[in-house]
Amino acid sequence: MTAQTSSQSNSPQRKPPVAAHSASLHDPAAYAGYEDHPPRMGFFTDTSVCIGCKACEVACKEWNYVPEDGLNLLGMSYDNTGGLGASTWRHVAFIEQIKRPGDAVPGRPEGSGDSVLTESVLGEFSADGSRWLMSSNVCKHCTESACLDVCPTGALMRTEFGTVVVQSDICNGCGYCIPACPFGVIDRREEDGRAWKCTLCYDRIGDGLEPACAKACPTQSIQFGPVDELRERAQLRVAELHEAGEPGARLYLEDPDDGIGGGGAFFLLLDEPEVYGLPPDPVVTTRDLPRMWRHVAAAAGALLIGGLAASLRRDLRP
Amino acid sequence: MSRAGGPETGRPGTAAGNGIPAGGPAGASGGSAGGNSDPAGGVPGLAARVRERFGVHGRGQHERDQHERDQHGGDGHGQAGGPRGGNGPRGGRGGRGGEQLVVPRARPDSYYGKPILKAPVWRSPEVPGYLFLGGLAGASSVLAGFAQAAGNHKQAKASKIAAAGAIGLSGVALVADLGRPERFLNMLRVLKPSSPMSVGSWLISAFGGAAAAAAACAVTGRLPKAGAAATAGAAVVGPAICTYTAALICDTAVPAWHDAHREMPYLFAGSAASAAGGLGMMAVPVEDAGQAIRFAVLGAATELTAKSLLLRRLGEIAEPYQSGLPGQLMEAAEVLTAAGLAGAVLASRSRTAIVLSGAALVASSALTRFGIFEAGLASARDPKYTVRPQRERLAAKERAKERKRVP
Repeated sequence: MTAQTSSQSNSPQRKPPVAAHSASLHDPAAYAGYEDHPPRMGFFTDTSVCIGCKACEVACKEWNYVPEDGLNLLGMSYDNTGGLGASTWRHVAFIEQIKRPGDAVPGRPEGSGDSVLTESVLGEFSADGSRWLMSSNVCKHCTESACLDVCPTGALMRTEFGTVVVQSDICNGCGYCIPACPFGVIDRREEDGRAWKCTLCYDRIGDGLEPACAKACPTQSIQFGPVDELRERAQLRVAELHEAGEPGARLYLEDPDDGIGGGGAFFLLLDEPEVYGLPPDPVVTTRDLPRMWRHVAAAAGALLIGGLAASLRRDLRP
Repeated sequence: MSRAGGPETGRPGTAAGNGIPAGGPAGASGGSAGGNSDPAGGVPGLAARVRERFGVHGRGQHERDQHERDQHGGDGHGQAGGPRGGNGPRGGRGGRGGEQLVVPRARPDSYYGKPILKAPVWRSPEVPGYLFLGGLAGASSVLAGFAQAAGNHKQAKASKIAAAGAIGLSGVALVADLGRPERFLNMLRVLKPSSPMSVGSWLISAFGGAAAAAAACAVTGRLPKAGAAATAGAAVVGPAICTYTAALICDTAVPAWHDAHREMPYLFAGSAASAAGGLGMMAVPVEDAGQAIRFAVLGAATELTAKSLLLRRLGEIAEPYQSGLPGQLMEAAEVLTAAGLAGAVLASRSRTAIVLSGAALVASSALTRFGIFEAGLASARDPKYTVRPQRERLAAKERAKERKRVP
C-alpha cells in the first residue's frame, strides 16, 4: 500500500499506466509512471486546533510570491479573503455559530469541561451560546484528480510526491481545470491568463522542507507528512475528540474509497462539510467519462446514419 | 424554489428553531415560526447583535440569497447563506435515519452562500458560439458527404463551404478564449483520452484540414479526387466534432452539465444536424433541398426529444435550464425549433417557407447552445445544485446500508 512496497513489487521496467491502474488509489505517483519515488506527501488539517491566525495564508503568499487579490471587507466574520482562488492557495474560513433555545446541546453536559482547550477550542459552545469554527482550506491534491485528467496540454502533472502541480510554462489558460475541480480550488489569474493553485510547496518539499503553511502554523492545525502516516494520526485524533466529548468531529477526504480516491490533503472537521464551503460527497467527474465517450460515439454514429437516411430517396424533393 | 425545508430536512414547513436562523430579515421572519427572538445562553440580544453586526448569515453580501428570501419571504427555515449554528453534532441529518433531534434542522447549502464550485471562466460568445459553430461544421460535412455521394452537387458545395467557414470561425473563437492565446499549439503537445478538450483539439485539427481542403477543391474545381477524399474524411470525422463537445462540457463538476451527460451528446447531434440542414436548405434551390430538409427534420426531432428527456431526468438540476436567462434562451430555441420543423415538413415546396424554416432552425441551434452554456454557469454559481444532489446521494447510501443491516 505504501509507496515503498509498491515500488518494490514493480518490475524494473517502467510500467504502463494501465497495468498500474489497480494500484492507483493508493499510489498516484506510481500510476503516473514514477518507478522509484518518495512516499506520497500531504496535509492533514486538524480544524479543531485552528485559531484563525491566517499565518498559513500569509506564509503561502510570501513563499510562493502570490500576488494580492483584493483587499475587501466581505462581512464574513473575520474572513476577508473569501475563498481559494488563483491567488489564494490557503484560505481560513471563519464560522460563527450561535446556539438558540431548544437546540440539541452537543457534546458533554455543561460544566464537565476540564480544560481551556476543550472548552473553547474544540468547538464547544461557550457561555454566551456561540462557537467559532475556523478552518484552513487548501487544494486537496486528489488521488483521482479531475483537473489533471482534463488538462489538455499536460500542464497539470503528478509529482513524484503524488501531489498535483501546474507547470506554468506550459499552461495556455484554456480554463478546463476550473469547472472540473469539485472543490472550486483552481482558478485562472485574469491578468496573467494561466491557472494557478497550491503546489504543496513542490520546491520546498523537494529539498526536505515542509510547506510554508505547515511551517508557519503555530498550533499544528496544518500537519505535513507522508499521507499514510497522516491518516493514522487523523484516526487517532478523531477518536480522541469523540472521547473528549466532541462527537461532531469527523474526517473529510481521508477515506481512499471516497469519490476522489481520498485527498492527499484531508481534514478533521467539527461540522458538516458544506458549513465550511466543502462539497459533502465530491466525485471526480472523469469517473463518468467512459460512459460519456460511449454516448458520444453512439450519437456520432446516429448522426452519420441520419445523414444516410436523409439521402436514401433518389427524389431530391422532400 | 424554496431553499427551505426541502429534501434534506425532510420536514418542510417546520421552522428552524435551532441554529442560526435564516439570514438577515429572515432572522426575524424565522421567528414567526421558530421563536428565535431569544438567543440562547442567557445573553439576550447578543446573538441578534452579532448576527446583525457581522452579517453572520451572509446577509447583504449575497443578493441572490436575499432575492430568494424576498421571494419566499418569511419561510424562515434557516436556509440562508450563512453557516448554520447551534447544531447538535449529528443534527445535520435532521429527520433521517431515526435520529432524535430536539428540533428539526434546516441546512445551509454553503459557507456564507458562496458557490462551492468555480464557474467556468469560458467567455460568451466565444465558447457557446463554438459549441454551435462546431456542430454546424461537423454536420455540414456529413450533409456534404452524402450530397456528393447522391450526386447533389449544389448541396455538396454549399455545405462544404459552410463547414469550412464554421470550423474556421470556431478555431478563431477557441484561440481567442485562451488565457494565453499565443500558446494554443500546446493543445497538440499530448493526446489524452481523459481530456475531451485534448481529444477535441486533435479532432478539430484533422477535421479543419479536411473541411478546408474539401471546400477549396469544390470552389476552385481543381483536384477533384483529392477533394472527394477530403470530403469523405470530413464526413467521417464530422459527427465526432458535433458530439465530442457534449463530453467537453459534461466532463466537469458543473451540475447542470455533468448530470446531463447521458442525453447531451444526442441533443448536440440533433442540434447540429438541425443547424446544418437548416443552413443547407437555405443555400440551394428548392429542387435540390430535399436532402437538407430531411436531415434538418431528423435533427430537429432528435433535438426536441433529447432535450425533453434530459429535463425530465434531471429533476431539480433541470431548474437552471428553465429559469432566468438560460430558461428564456432555451424556450426561444424550442419555439424556433418547433416552427422550423413544422415549416420544413409542411411547406417544403415554397422557397420562402424553406428559407424561413432554415433560418429558424439555425437560430434555434445557436440559442440552444447559448442556453445550455448559461444554464451550466448558473448551476455552478448556486451552491444548492452542488450540495443537495450530493446530500441525496449520501442519504441514499445510508438507506442502502440500513436496508442491508435489517434484512
